[in-house]
Amino acid sequence: MRALQTDLPIVLDDVSLHANETTIIRHVALVLSPGTPTIVVGPNGSGKSTLIRLAMGLIAPTTGHITWGGRAESDGRRRAMVFQRPVMLRRLAAANVAYALKVAGIDRAVRTERARDLLDRVGLGDLAARPARRLSGGEQQRLALARALARDPEVLFLDEPTASLDPAATKAVEDIVRAVAQSGVKVVMATHDLGQARRMAGDIVFLVRGRVAERTDAERFFTAPATPEAAAFVRGDLVI
Amino acid sequence: MPDGASALSLVLGGDPALYAIVGLSLLVSLSATALAALVALPLGAMLALVDFPGRAFVVVVINAFMGLPPVVVGLAVFLLLSRSGPLGFLGLLFSPKAMIIAQALLVLPIIAALTRQTIEDLWAEYRDELTAMRVGPAARVATLLWDARFSLLTTLLAGFGRAAAEVGTVMIVGGNIDGFTRTMTTAIALETSKGDLPLAMGLGLVLITVIVGVNTAAWGVRRIGELKSG
Repeated sequence: MRALQTDLPIVLDDVSLHANETTIIRHVALVLSPGTPTIVVGPNGSGKSTLIRLAMGLIAPTTGHITWGGRAESDGRRRAMVFQRPVMLRRLAAANVAYALKVAGIDRAVRTERARDLLDRVGLGDLAARPARRLSGGEQQRLALARALARDPEVLFLDEPTASLDPAATKAVEDIVRAVAQSGVKVVMATHDLGQARRMAGDIVFLVRGRVAERTDAERFFTAPATPEAAAFVRGDLVI
Repeated sequence: MPDGASALSLVLGGDPALYAIVGLSLLVSLSATALAALVALPLGAMLALVDFPGRAFVVVVINAFMGLPPVVVGLAVFLLLSRSGPLGFLGLLFSPKAMIIAQALLVLPIIAALTRQTIEDLWAEYRDELTAMRVGPAARVATLLWDARFSLLTTLLAGFGRAAAEVGTVMIVGGNIDGFTRTMTTAIALETSKGDLPLAMGLGLVLITVIVGVNTAAWGVRRIGELKSG
């Protein structure tokens, strides 16, 4: 059943989102297909987080439609998300992963072993018995990745996962995400860090004020941006 | 003729009647807190997570009932349990069971109101993450209660403190029967009205010691728990 019920492609059809008087997302048409990582870039407040949340199915659009694998409804079992500031459950690191496994419906008998594998995968094998809230920021983000991977996702959304991390911790997270992407998981990541976009993409979705200003492969985006906003953004000018 | 020294010797000498009173007080107040928690924890969590018509009203009422006068609760339970009352056939009036029921009703709003606040704050923090994991409503309640366990321990202590310190309900529904329903607070009230101030003071010291002891134990549990699991 699972193989048939794929959530990909995720199609956003003329999607807008208003909150009170403000328009956060304007008439976005976007298709997220299997393949290399899709990196959502844009200035702060351009709607990156909101776009990711819409595609994840956490919030519903005000107008327009979103479909997952052609279906308007999806239980989201194989979509996972990592937030900028992950919330650590007040339990041990291993118990955080075991919780995610439980929620994902994994049999109790294999949870401990799976949790250990996942922790090893993100390099936290030695910290399994540490309270999650006592881990460093980078370790917490890797634990959040392990929790997300516990769902065995086919799509992994990341919302500025390294925005508050130092370079070493950022590299650790990027290495894991790269390995995840290479294992066939579709990665969709928001970032305002151009260097990171360059390292990770894939293709680029460039957002300005809630609108997709440009959607292209990374190579082209960085060498020959089609719009003046993208050109300014790539040069490092302030785009508002 | 008891004085301060004899009150002390009652305490230190292990007077069986005194220890029976202390034991009953603890039994009643701890049982009442546990009974109230059974209802109030899920109720508080539900009020924090579920929106329904009239929710604000229920929240305000429960908050207001944190300050219920014990004598009024005692009177209500008395009327319920008295021979001619709707639950009179149970024959519970003037028994420790009646005292447990009355104190449970007294502390239920305290535990429910504080739980709601705690869980609501925690939910604001956990919402995105649990929603992204597609955690169902019942599992949410369980997760939040468990993750708030250290804060909720303090909530339970607030309930226990209220129960252990009050005199109105246990006096009315228990009747302060020597050797059967006499608690520390009713004994203090009785000895004071009899003019035996040293004994009343001695009992007061024991009561405070017991409450400090229970809180110390809970604090220890909380510290160890936090160290072990964050």
